[in-house]
Amino acid sequence: MIQLVYLVPMFPLIGFLINGLGWKSMPKQAAGFLASLMILASFAVSLGIFFEVKGGVADTTVPLFNFIHAGKLMIPFAFKVDALSSLFLLIITGVGFLIHVYSTSYMHNDEGVVKYFAYLNLFVFSMLLLVLGANYLIMFIGWEGVGLCSYLLIGFWFKNRDYTNAAKKAFVMNRIGDLGFLVGMMLVLYNYGTLSYQEFFGQLQSNQVAVPNNTYTWIAICFFIGAMGKSAQIPLYTWLPDAMAGPTPVSALIHAATMVTAGIYMIARSSALYNLAPLALNFITIIGLLTAIIAASIAIKQNDIKKVLAYSTVSQLGFMFLAIGCGAYTTAVFHVMTHAFFKALLFLGSGSVIHAMGGEQDISKMGGLGKKMRITQLTFFIGCVAIAGIPPFAGFFSKDEILAAAFAHNPVLYYAALAAALMTAFYMFRLYFLTFTGSFRGTHEQEHHLHESPVAMTFPLIVLAILATVSGFVGMPEVFGEHHLLNEFLSGAVHNTGEHHLEHNTELMLMGLSVGLVIVMIVLAYVRTKKPNFAPNKGLSKVLEHKWYVDEIYDAIIVRPVVAGSKFLDNVIERKGIDGGVNGIGKLLRWGSDRMRLLQNGQVGTYLFTMVIGIVLIFIIGLFFINF
Amino acid sequence: MILLLLILIPLLTGLLTFLSKNAAKNIALVSSFITLALAAYVSANIGGANVQAWSCQWIPAIGAQLSVAADGMAAMLCLLTGIIFPVVLLINRNKEIENQASYYALILLSQAGLMGVFLAADALLFYFFWELALIPVYFLCSRWGGERRIAVTFKFFVYTFVGSLMMLAGLIYLSMQNTGANSMSIASIITVGKSLPGVQQQIIFWLLFIAFAIKMPIFPFHTWQPDAYEQAPTQVTIILSALMVKMGLYAVLRWLIPVLPYATAYWANTVMTLAIIGIVYASLIAMVQSNIKRLIAYSSIAHMGLMCAAAFAGNDLSHHGLLVQMFNHGINITGMWVIVNMVESRYGTLDLKKMGGLATTAPAIAIALVVIAFANIALPLTNGFVGEFMLFSGIFQGASQYHVIFMVIAGLGVILGAIYTLNMVQSVAYGENNSGAAIVSKMSGAEYAAIAIIIALIIVLGIFPQPLLDLVLL
Repeated sequence: MIQLVYLVPMFPLIGFLINGLGWKSMPKQAAGFLASLMILASFAVSLGIFFEVKGGVADTTVPLFNFIHAGKLMIPFAFKVDALSSLFLLIITGVGFLIHVYSTSYMHNDEGVVKYFAYLNLFVFSMLLLVLGANYLIMFIGWEGVGLCSYLLIGFWFKNRDYTNAAKKAFVMNRIGDLGFLVGMMLVLYNYGTLSYQEFFGQLQSNQVAVPNNTYTWIAICFFIGAMGKSAQIPLYTWLPDAMAGPTPVSALIHAATMVTAGIYMIARSSALYNLAPLALNFITIIGLLTAIIAASIAIKQNDIKKVLAYSTVSQLGFMFLAIGCGAYTTAVFHVMTHAFFKALLFLGSGSVIHAMGGEQDISKMGGLGKKMRITQLTFFIGCVAIAGIPPFAGFFSKDEILAAAFAHNPVLYYAALAAALMTAFYMFRLYFLTFTGSFRGTHEQEHHLHESPVAMTFPLIVLAILATVSGFVGMPEVFGEHHLLNEFLSGAVHNTGEHHLEHNTELMLMGLSVGLVIVMIVLAYVRTKKPNFAPNKGLSKVLEHKWYVDEIYDAIIVRPVVAGSKFLDNVIERKGIDGGVNGIGKLLRWGSDRMRLLQNGQVGTYLFTMVIGIVLIFIIGLFFINF
Repeated sequence: MILLLLILIPLLTGLLTFLSKNAAKNIALVSSFITLALAAYVSANIGGANVQAWSCQWIPAIGAQLSVAADGMAAMLCLLTGIIFPVVLLINRNKEIENQASYYALILLSQAGLMGVFLAADALLFYFFWELALIPVYFLCSRWGGERRIAVTFKFFVYTFVGSLMMLAGLIYLSMQNTGANSMSIASIITVGKSLPGVQQQIIFWLLFIAFAIKMPIFPFHTWQPDAYEQAPTQVTIILSALMVKMGLYAVLRWLIPVLPYATAYWANTVMTLAIIGIVYASLIAMVQSNIKRLIAYSSIAHMGLMCAAAFAGNDLSHHGLLVQMFNHGINITGMWVIVNMVESRYGTLDLKKMGGLATTAPAIAIALVVIAFANIALPLTNGFVGEFMLFSGIFQGASQYHVIFMVIAGLGVILGAIYTLNMVQSVAYGENNSGAAIVSKMSGAEYAAIAIIIALIIVLGIFPQPLLDLVLL
C-alpha cells in the first residue's frame, strides 16, 4: 500500500484536470460528485497507508522521478511516508472530503461551480504534495501551490474588487514568508548540500558537517518566517481574516484541513533542526503567544460570524506555535488535528447559518436561529465547547496539553496563554448565544426564509461534531493513567524536547483552574448577550473592533511609502535622472556639433588661417616634445 | 553544414518574402516552422557527429573566417529562436499590415541574424550578425511602431549602436594581439584575452560589458527599453524581449567571461550590485505602471537583472540555472506579449485602468493570462521555477563575499514580482469591463495555437525540466 502513495495526490489531480479542462462542458452536478469521489478515493488509500504505518512499517521513501539533476544538485521527486505524514494525509483527505460533500450543496447554484471544484481538488492536491514531499523542495512546491489555490479561491467571486484584493493580499503575504522559506533552503543546501529530510537530519544528528555557530538558528528562523506567512502569525497574519472573502467551505478548507496547518507541519517535520536551535524556539514561543492573545482580543469585538472564526483560527495557531516553542511538537500536531475537526465544523456551521440567512454574516442581525435549525445549532454548540476546552470534548485535551507544556516551560507563559484561552471561551459563546439564542433581530423577510440546511450540508456537520467530541481521547493526559496514543504513534517521526513531567497534583490543579474559569467565561458571555447591545464602541472596545488598527498601520508605514517611493523612482529618478542623463549626453553632443559646424563656414580664408595655425602647433609640439 | 542552414533558411526565405506579395505571411510562417524543425533536430543531436562546426576562409587579411559552431548553450538558444518565431508569426494573422511583404521579410532577416549571433565562432562574424539581427528591428519599429516611434527608435538605435561600436573596438583590439592566422576566431580571442595584463583586461571588459549591458538591459543602461517595448509593434516586442535581450546574456557568457577571467572576477561585485539594484528598482517601478506594456517591460528588466547577477556569481549552479532560465524567460515573456496583443486588440487600449472583466467576457484568455502570469512569477511546477531556484541557489553559493546579501535582496523581487503581476491580472481579468468595448470572447485558431504552444511548454518544462537541464550542459 505504501508504494501506492502517489495515488493519494493523483486522485485530486485527476479531478482537477477533468473539471479544469472541462470547465465549459462539465455538468454542474457531475463536477461536485467527481471531485468528492476523488477525495474519497484518496482518503481510502490514506487510511490503508495509515494502518500500515501504525502496524509498524518503517519510514519509507517512495521516489517517482528525478526532478532536478544538475551537477552536484540532485533533487528527486519523492514522497516520504511516516507517522507524521500519514496522520496529515488522514486529516487533509478526511476533512477535505467532508468539505467537498458540503460544497456540492452549498455551491450548487453558483455559475462557476465546475471551476470551484477544480480549484478545490487542486488545493487538496497541493496540500498533499506539501506533506508528502521527501525533501524541502517538494514541500515548497506544495507550499506555493496552496498559496496559488487560496488566491484563486479567495478571489473566486472575482467581480468584487474587495475580494480580489483579499486574494492578492493573501498571496503576497504568503510570498513574504516564502522568501524566508527559500532563504532557509538556500542555507541548508549551502551547508549540507542536500534538501532531503533524511540526509539533512542524518547529518544534523551525526554532527559530521562543521557549520558556523549560528547556522541552526538562522535556518530555523528562516523556515519559521515561511511558517509565519502560511500559518498566519504576527506580523503576517492579516491576510487570513480577509481570506473569508471566498466561499465559506473554502474558509473551512483553508482554516482547518489545509494551508494554515502547513507551518506547524513544517516545523514538526524539522523538529531535529529546531531542537538544535533553542533561540529560534524562544522566538517562536513569543510570536505564538502574542498572536494567540492579540487575535483572541480582536475576536471579542467582531460582529461578522466568519471574522470571529477567522481570528479564532489565528489565535489557535498561536497556541500551536506556543507548544512548538516549548518543544512539544506532538502537542502542536495534536491540536492541529482536533482544531481541524472543530474549526471545520464551526466554519461549515457558519456556512449553514449564512445560507439560511440568505448571505447575511452580521451576528447583530441574527438571534434565535436555533429554533429553526436544530442540527446546525447542536453541532455548532459542540464546536464551541470543543474549542473552549470543556472536557471531554477534543479541544480540552489538546489545549490542556499546550497549557501544561507552557507551565512546565515557564509559569508566566501559562498565565498568558490561559488568558487567551479564556477570551476564546468568551468570544465563541458570545457568538453562539448571539446567533442561536434570544430573539431574531433581522428583517421579517429573512426570518421567513430561515430553514435547516439540506442533508449534504448537515451530514458533514454531524460527522465533524462526532470527531470533535471523541478525537481528544487519542491524547489522554498521563494523569488519568492512560496511554497517550498520539505521542506513541508520532514518536519515531517527531522528536519532542524536555519531556514535561508536571507533578500530578499540579497538573490536576491547573486543569481544574482552566476548566473552572472557562465555565465562568461562558456564563459571562451568556449574561452579556442576554440583552445584546450593538451601540458604537468606545475606547479599547473600539480599538479591538478595528483590529488594533493593524491594517491601517501597515498601510501607513509600508504600503503607502513604498508606492510613493516607487512613483518617485518612476517620475523623478527614472525619467528625469537616468533617462534625462542619457538624453543630456545626446543634447551635449548636438550642442558641441553645432559649435563645431561653425568652423566649416565655406570661406577659404578661414580654412587657410586654421591650417597655418595647425602647422605651427604641430611644429611647436614636435619641437618641444619629440626629438627629431 | 546543418548549422549553416539555420541561418540560411530565414535569410533566403526572408529575401523571397520581399519579392512576394500576398503570400508573405504564409511563406514566413512555413519558413519559421522549417527552421524550428531544424533547430529541434540540432538540439536533439547536439552531441552527435551530424551537427558539426563548419568554417571556411573569409577575409584572411584580418584573420576573419566564416565559421559557425554549436554547443548546448547555442543549440538551446537556436531552439528558443526556432520556437518563438512561429509564435510571433501566428499572432496578428488577421490584422491588416501595411506593406506586409517588407514587414515579414524584415522579421525573417532578424531571425537569420539571431541564429548567426548564437552560432558564430568568429568575432567579426559575430559582430556582423549582431548588427544583422538589429537593423531589421530598427526598421520594423520606425515604420510600423506606435505614435512616438520615430523618436523612440532613434534613441534605441543610437543607444545600441554606441554599444555595438564599443564592442567592435574591443574585439578588434583583442584580435590584433594575435599576429597569426585566424586571429578573429573565438579560440584565438580567448587565448589572447586570458593572457592580457590586468589594466588592459579591465578596459576591454568595460568596452564589451557596456555593449552587452545595454542590450540586456542592465540598470542604469536600460532607459531605451520600456519606450522601445511600448512603441514597437507587439510582434517585434516579442523578438526584442524574448530573444534580442538574450544576445546580451549570451555574449556575456560566450565573449566576455571566458575571454577576460581576471577582469570578470575583479568587477563581478560591481556588476552584480548594478544588476541586483536593477531588480528592485525595476520591480518598484513596474508596480506603479498603468500601461500594461510598460509594466511588462519593467518586469523584464527585473528578470534580466537576476539573470545577469547569476552570470557573474561565478559558480556552475548559477550558470546552469541561468541557461535554463534564459530559455524559460523567453517562453514566458512571449506568452505575456501574446496575451497583451489579444487584450490590446480587444480593449483598444493599453491602459490597465480601462480594462477589466476579461474572466467574464473571455474566460479562455483569462485562464491563459493567469497561467502565464504565475509562470512569470516562478510558481513551482511552471517552467519559471526551476531556473529561478537554481539562480538563487547559485547566487547564494557564489564566490562573492556578499553572496547572502545579494541573494536576499534579489529575493525581494520574488515578493515585488507577485505584487505587480497580480495587480495586472486583477486589472485585466477581474472586476467589470471598464472599456465600453464589446469584448470578442473567441480566440482565432492561430492565436489559440500560439497560446497552446506556450502553455504546453510552461507546464511540461515545469514538471519535467530535466531534458532542458541536460541540453544546456552539453
